[in-house]
Amino acid sequence: MYTDKVLKYFHKPINQGKIRNPDGVGKVGNIACGDMMYLYIKMDKSNKPETIKDVKFQTFGCVAAIATSSATTEMVKGKSIKDALKLTKDDLIESLDGLPPIKIHCSVLAIEALSEAIYDYLKKNKKKIPAELEEKHKIVVKHNKELEERYDEWIENQKI
Amino acid sequence: MSTKKTNKKVYLDYAATTPVDKAVVKAMLPYFNVKYGNSASIHTMGVDSNKAVLNSRDIFSEYLNCQSNEIYFTSSATESNNWALKGVAFANKGKGNRIIVSAIEHDCVLNSAKWLSKQGFDVVYAPVDKNGIINLIKLKKLITKNTILVSIMHSNNEIGTLEPIKEVGKLCKEKGVLFHTDAAQSVGKLPIDVNEMNVDLLTASSHKIYGPKGSALLYIRNGTNIEPLLHGGGHESGKRSSTVNVPAIVGFAKALEICVSEMKQESIRQSKLRDKTIKNILKKIPNSYLNGHAVERLPNNVNIRFDFIEGEALMMELDNHGIEVSTVSACSSPKLESSHVLLACGIEKKEAQGTIRISLGRYTTENEITYLLEVLPKVVKKLRAMSPMGLKNS
Repeated sequence: MYTDKVLKYFHKPINQGKIRNPDGVGKVGNIACGDMMYLYIKMDKSNKPETIKDVKFQTFGCVAAIATSSATTEMVKGKSIKDALKLTKDDLIESLDGLPPIKIHCSVLAIEALSEAIYDYLKKNKKKIPAELEEKHKIVVKHNKELEERYDEWIENQKI
Repeated sequence: MSTKKTNKKVYLDYAATTPVDKAVVKAMLPYFNVKYGNSASIHTMGVDSNKAVLNSRDIFSEYLNCQSNEIYFTSSATESNNWALKGVAFANKGKGNRIIVSAIEHDCVLNSAKWLSKQGFDVVYAPVDKNGIINLIKLKKLITKNTILVSIMHSNNEIGTLEPIKEVGKLCKEKGVLFHTDAAQSVGKLPIDVNEMNVDLLTASSHKIYGPKGSALLYIRNGTNIEPLLHGGGHESGKRSSTVNVPAIVGFAKALEICVSEMKQESIRQSKLRDKTIKNILKKIPNSYLNGHAVERLPNNVNIRFDFIEGEALMMELDNHGIEVSTVSACSSPKLESSHVLLACGIEKKEAQGTIRISLGRYTTENEITYLLEVLPKVVKKLRAMSPMGLKNS
């Protein structure tokens, strides 16, 4: 069901953990749905443009959630914000040699965690937020809310 | 190349399926290419096959304490459960339209019931307590004059809880309602007497008891009104058409025979291993909890939930160490659904995520359990360290 690459990231995750005093944190997912990701970034401000000096993740979730979190951190480390924001779920899936269809949402979540961490950094530092990122942020907030609603609805349907 | 850490293989998923016993394979083999007659044919080859089927029927009727002609062979427990619900519903729709199933039934019962509700039947769900045991008082209230069938499983496939089938049977008899029980997980593990338990229909499955896959049965008490699911050449007394799968039936019967001969000692042995497993996990791993009843439980079922981690990840970490268990987690479900069984027991959705089922069997050894108890705390710790909620608590 999972590719060897997914299992490799799962068993030996890269960049797992927490950054002390991070410049930005992205928190996405919902424990009730089985996935929750925190992604931390530390910026290298001496570089022009600034680059992501360090990036770490903490994930509560399945094999795919953990593997996609780890792969995301690896793919954006050292990149500028502009380049990091170019990463898509399809790039991520490709780098893992594929994901089972029902696990695609995990890759979406990992990309969202990254864009949220960057959003958090830009917002905290009163930097200009690209219109596209602002849009993404709104979608993430909406997505998180929908997940909760979807779950509540399902629970409601199960009631006797 | 495998990414696994070890060549070790510790299979602890016997509730999912079991290996076919060697003696079962041996009993089945002649019926593939030596005694291959169609049991409906009246020539010698056909008669030989039919004798094997009749002999198999006797083995089941003796175990269940019923008549041989009350055993109907099917292709799976799913088919048996579909047949019991749909067959009884349609044959008795003149009497009423209410069907009661427990909230923790297997999906094949729940989804059959759901389908029946689309056909106009009034399907209601009987609730269970926090250990998964059916609430008899509430069940009694649900049984109205319109009720035609109650279906409550003998033991739950996820949490192993044993239901008070005898009491449910008594209640159904008093109320004049047909009673079906899905005994796929308990047949061959516990004694079953359909008369003492007042059961009208019972489902059993071969591959859970070291028999071949694709073989199962439905016991139907004589006189029970039921429509067939499969129409055709009139096999199984016209109730279940299909060429009779002789080797599968012979294998199923042989498998039961072996289970019955070992039942007493195996039940004691596995219960001891089960209790050792539960006790040690709860002791060694903080924030771990037993799902299901501590005593009213299948001898081979261990079902534990862990805070701060997700079941599929835990299962795959164990797999990396050669240990095979199972999980029902929201993360591995397309609709992000948690186990309906755990939710029916009142466990909150956020707590239901980190659950694994460890199921023991005939070939489970003390050494395997020792190895599991060595590995499990380590992998739980590893995953908790990865989790945003786990750091302070691991």
